[in-house]
Amino acid sequence: MSVFFGLTMACYLGSSLGYQAYILFQKRTFYRVSNAVLLLGFLCHTGAVVIQYMESGRLPVHSLHETLSAFGWAVVGVFLLLQLRFHLMVLGALVAPLASLAVIIASILPSPQVQLAPFLERLWRTVHMGTLVLGNAALAIACLVGILYLIQEKAIKDKRRGFFFSRLPSLKLLDTTGYASLVVGFPLLTFGIISGVIYAQIVRRQFWTWDPREIFAAITWLVYAVLLHQRLAVGWRGRNAAMMTIAGFLILLFTFFLYFAR
Amino acid sequence: MGRLRRPLTGAVSRWILPDANRMVETRQIVAIGLNHKTAPVEVRERLAFSKEDTATVLETMSQHATVEEMALFSTCNRVEFLVASREPSKAVEAIKDFLATFKDTPRSVFEQALYVHIGDDAVTHIFRVAASLDSMVVGEAQILGQIKDSYREACEHGTCGVILNRLMHRSFSVAKRIRTETGIGDHAVSISYAAVELGRKIFGELDGKAVLLLGAGEMAELAVEHLVNNRARPIFVANRTFERGLELAERFKGTAIRFEEISEYLKMVDIVISSTGAPHYVLVKDDFKGLMRTRKNRPLFFIDIAVPRDIDPEINRISNVYVYDIDDLKNAIQENIEERKQEAVRGERIVDEAVIQFRRWFHGLDVVPTIVGLRDKMETIRRRELKKTFGYLHAMSEEDKAAIERLTAALVNKILHDPTVFLKQRGHDEQKSLCLDITRRLFNLDAFEEKELEPKE
Repeated sequence: MSVFFGLTMACYLGSSLGYQAYILFQKRTFYRVSNAVLLLGFLCHTGAVVIQYMESGRLPVHSLHETLSAFGWAVVGVFLLLQLRFHLMVLGALVAPLASLAVIIASILPSPQVQLAPFLERLWRTVHMGTLVLGNAALAIACLVGILYLIQEKAIKDKRRGFFFSRLPSLKLLDTTGYASLVVGFPLLTFGIISGVIYAQIVRRQFWTWDPREIFAAITWLVYAVLLHQRLAVGWRGRNAAMMTIAGFLILLFTFFLYFAR
Repeated sequence: MGRLRRPLTGAVSRWILPDANRMVETRQIVAIGLNHKTAPVEVRERLAFSKEDTATVLETMSQHATVEEMALFSTCNRVEFLVASREPSKAVEAIKDFLATFKDTPRSVFEQALYVHIGDDAVTHIFRVAASLDSMVVGEAQILGQIKDSYREACEHGTCGVILNRLMHRSFSVAKRIRTETGIGDHAVSISYAAVELGRKIFGELDGKAVLLLGAGEMAELAVEHLVNNRARPIFVANRTFERGLELAERFKGTAIRFEEISEYLKMVDIVISSTGAPHYVLVKDDFKGLMRTRKNRPLFFIDIAVPRDIDPEINRISNVYVYDIDDLKNAIQENIEERKQEAVRGERIVDEAVIQFRRWFHGLDVVPTIVGLRDKMETIRRRELKKTFGYLHAMSEEDKAAIERLTAALVNKILHDPTVFLKQRGHDEQKSLCLDITRRLFNLDAFEEKELEPKE
């Protein structure tokens, strides 16, 4: 484990704590510091990836170890990008722990030596996994935002203003952010699946084998496709849309681990 | 200040018994007043001072032998005299006498209602009042403005000196700090504000959100007004009598619609405020069939102020529709009031801290802090100007810079030498505090220290 990777983990964990403190005490300083620490962690993480790329000549998206770490990186990246546009401060309290979890699990997992495959095969595999990791990250954030939405919507519907009512932003902001993450995540997911099909055709000379992984990938895609279609057609939003976003991500997660469980 | 010659006996006894008499000699801050908790409105209105009255009071009372500095504020909920005096008990009596004669009211009427705070207690009291911890509605923002006005008034009449100037400035910054660091003013405590707050939680911004007012009524109109103030528009008004609707619509620069058109307008508005006199529900769940689909599921927020209710509470179960009736809003406010009370506890802590700080300054109200302040101010100016100048004189060598440093430092020292010696001279207390006051005002030290001492955000 490189120094960069260790630093990354420390920063992610630190900012996780900072964001929780922000929610608890409502001091903007906590938020600002956590954001800076998270950015620092992201830069370290990027550094670690670049070093690894220079050493091995390929992007680290092959083993489960590498993919999980890349997922953590992408989640933080997407979150930082979203922060530029939507100031959803409390989201960090969910994103940072998720990223921490991803890198911690990645650090525990063994990192097997990956044999270098022929160029074309390698290229498509990298494209396939790379876009999927980015797409998953965006959809993971959509799911986290969905959870926040459900909490806030319940507080408003039940007319009970508990701990979260004043701390969570408006339904409108949560809804827009979730939708934006979905709009980013879905094309990436689509492209990831298409490139996977091409990859399968190159490697196995057969693009569809009715393998459970493939079936679940298709189900995931369908769930998100329906969700987006409903949104565009009849403005589907609110509680049900949020629940479907969460369900979609759970299926996605399942597919993801199915892929590596051989 | 300086009007009163200290009796000779005081000087002699101080010479003999320095410590014991020092207690008598030092000035004390005294707060005398009554408020909504101690006095019923009949008493408060009898003792309230108009702006013209205040001027007279300041003029008269500051002539009084025991009163050295003074400020007076009077609002509908309180009357407060703030005095710096060497003989607090005499000053209190003087004020009571004055109140009785000036207001032509026997002392027995108000004496029970008066509270007297001296020293730290008085400082705590004024800090709490300014921060709205002592208000009827804790956290209301008006009181600070009222106190600022009264302070300005006192300044115009020259009745504020070193002590009260400092005390008042401190109380402003304490109030500001409490407002920013605690949530004391965060939560709505009136029904119409609660409606706006909820609207914000649903819609984010209220900008451009269409409002439909059903019926009329003071509370409903107030709620619409708050929404309009938050830039909600357009406004539609539906009333059983169209003329009344027109009248209201004109007031909010909106459009009057007929009562039968409501369901048509439900397709486009975002917020509905309902306050009709109807004995049954005006809207029931069946009215919403297909409505949300036409609305493309945009959220709809009902504020039902009417009793009996206009909006079937079942409607709250439809997704993206939120219905709040009068009790829900009242509960929300109740929770907010509780929350404010909790925040107020944090405010009290800040007050305690500030009182300790103030006490430190008050005890050190002497030559030394003024000289230190004077030096600090000069140094700050010197450094700032040097930095500015060095900023564009790039060609200068390090030696040149050092020479200029020395030159400016020497200038400051030379300039400050005589004032320092002058301030250090022993003299009468009155003269001394007059000198201190003038020095502080001449160099605007209170404002300077205020700025330097304030915690950086």
